Amino acid sequence: MYDFLTGPALWLAFIVCGAGLLTRIVWYVYGLNWQLDRVAYTRHPLAGLKGALRSILHWLIPFAARNWRLRPLFTVTFFLFHLGLILVPLFLEGHAVLLEQGWGIAWPTIPMWLADALTLIALATGLAILVRRFALPEVRILTTGSDVLILILAMAPFLTGFLAVQQAPGYQFWLLTHIVTGEILLISIPFTRLSHMIMFFLTRAQIGMDFGIKRGGMKGRGIAW
Amino acid sequence: MPEGQLCNKNPIQTKEELDALLADKGGKQYYQEMLDLEVDTAKLKASLDKTCKSRMRTWLEICAHCGLCADSCFFYLTNNRDPKQVPAYKIQSTLGHIVRKKGKVDAKHMIMCMDTAWSKCTCCNRCGMYCPYGIDMGVMFSYLRGLCFSQGFVPWEMKIGSGMHRVYQAQMAVTDEDWVDTCEWMCEEYEDDWPCLTIPVDKENADILYLVNAREPMHYPDDIAEAAILFHIAGEDWTVSSTGWDMTSLSMFAGDWESARMQVDKVYEAMERLRPKRMVGTECGHAFRATVTEGPYWAGRKNGQTPVPSFHYVEWAAEALRSGKLKIDPAKKIKEPVTLQDSCNYIRNHGLTESTREIMSYIAEDFREMNPNREHNFCCGGGGGLNGIGRYRKERNIGLKQKRDQILSTGCNLVVTPCHNCFDAVRDLEEVFQVGISWSFLKPLLLKMVEVPEHLQPRE
Repeated sequence: MYDFLTGPALWLAFIVCGAGLLTRIVWYVYGLNWQLDRVAYTRHPLAGLKGALRSILHWLIPFAARNWRLRPLFTVTFFLFHLGLILVPLFLEGHAVLLEQGWGIAWPTIPMWLADALTLIALATGLAILVRRFALPEVRILTTGSDVLILILAMAPFLTGFLAVQQAPGYQFWLLTHIVTGEILLISIPFTRLSHMIMFFLTRAQIGMDFGIKRGGMKGRGIAW
Repeated sequence: MPEGQLCNKNPIQTKEELDALLADKGGKQYYQEMLDLEVDTAKLKASLDKTCKSRMRTWLEICAHCGLCADSCFFYLTNNRDPKQVPAYKIQSTLGHIVRKKGKVDAKHMIMCMDTAWSKCTCCNRCGMYCPYGIDMGVMFSYLRGLCFSQGFVPWEMKIGSGMHRVYQAQMAVTDEDWVDTCEWMCEEYEDDWPCLTIPVDKENADILYLVNAREPMHYPDDIAEAAILFHIAGEDWTVSSTGWDMTSLSMFAGDWESARMQVDKVYEAMERLRPKRMVGTECGHAFRATVTEGPYWAGRKNGQTPVPSFHYVEWAAEALRSGKLKIDPAKKIKEPVTLQDSCNYIRNHGLTESTREIMSYIAEDFREMNPNREHNFCCGGGGGLNGIGRYRKERNIGLKQKRDQILSTGCNLVVTPCHNCFDAVRDLEEVFQVGISWSFLKPLLLKMVEVPEHLQPRE
């Protein structure tokens, strides 16, 4: 079972995730249309590039956009959540070992205490984001079942992985559940709003080009996000 | 498929149709007929397939439902934070529903879409600046307006407005003859005070082609005279065109994209015929957005640019003050505290934040910013055509509270409004709330304080 899950199943998950995201990127860019979107995407490459980069960076860096500054508590919660979600799976020692054993690749890792801390932070902030969904009327009205499902999907491998690492009773069960939920997460990325891990950069680049090329970027100092 | 006599899917093509619609005061019969109007779902689906591409579909799909756009919308803020006014909710429940249903929606839904697209959004695009994904719901509402228009679900005044452009190539039924006559009349009116004042019509190769808002010949002819006098004092080589002179676009507000293209085609034709070095447009926000920012795309200009470089009046005024073409008499600068309304259409959507501030630095002793300001400023409350729609007067007046409070907290009684829509909204908010403020375009202010060279001074 373990061999299957960390072998063919893992491969399948990675392939579906990668190919799916690639399809999303191609479909998105192919569907951009200078006349329908009313942005001369290709005619002003420098202004477009500048607009796109500014647009991405201002929202990628905490407090660099006005809306991040207006709500510091949410901003900190949101960035900590994403920090844990990205750093732990990529640089966990336990994951690096798999790479080392499988392909002989030496992969950088973060110390275990940091991984533990980031996991707990991700779980706590994820929970806070879930509570926020129902506590604030302006978010509650938008919330659908899939929003909750996606959040659970994203947090499940962290919870199960943490329990496995802590050698909780039923270690085998937690380990296998961790792998399965992780693979479900990978597979669901291209088909759900989790695709924002790539689409965020594309939509931000698009609106950045819109403002950079058409809406004043070539005249003024550029939009102050 | 039942179609009303006045309310139907066909845009206005003739003066007779326009007059019939105008005769239906307040759109009484028009809105009655709308209740029985049927949705052409096949046409709606075809339209979605053709025009709703990856940008819009991704926006609708990827929205994280995080609610971070809520506080960006002045309708949300002024309606006691009603969750139904959250921009993401408004667009998901209207356009989002149409897309998910692949166009299979009924008239009731389309009327709800119309009411939302015109009375709960002014297409100010502020929410687009507050969404982490950069989802611009103003752009989507503008698109939704186009779908509504093509199905006949459009506010009465908007159908009239776009019809005016189709019939007269100008709003407010101002003909080319009326326009040229008004220019001549204004010259005669002011020539005693301003010797040698002219409004050159159809002069080729001038430095500046000046375009206006048809409201000016209709309601504010003095605005044209003021522009002429200021160009005269600045020594500009300028002209107006006898055709394609109205840079406004009620068609853009209406979502009548064909008519919007027809209007800018006319304007660009004038640019190409007269070959000026550049175009300067009057103190209007949406007109600038239509002619300079969006127009090139309607007209199919692949570089997204107008045929000649185009400038807003505030850019010209800032430049004239900077270069000394216009000199301000320091004794006549505005002494009282004064604030400035940033027009969404050329500040947020065309980056002219510093031009207006440069002007204020020349003309005001105590200039005070609104908070927030520049591209983060709130819409005046009457943009996107909302000022002109009777059906939504109540909704508009609630929204005006945002601007009222913003102005009051500056402590200023005077608001400079270099935009026709903002001008009207501030005027109306004073009428509704009676807070004791006044408002002005830039031209009359400049004219009051500019130094007039000896040789241009009025004859004794």
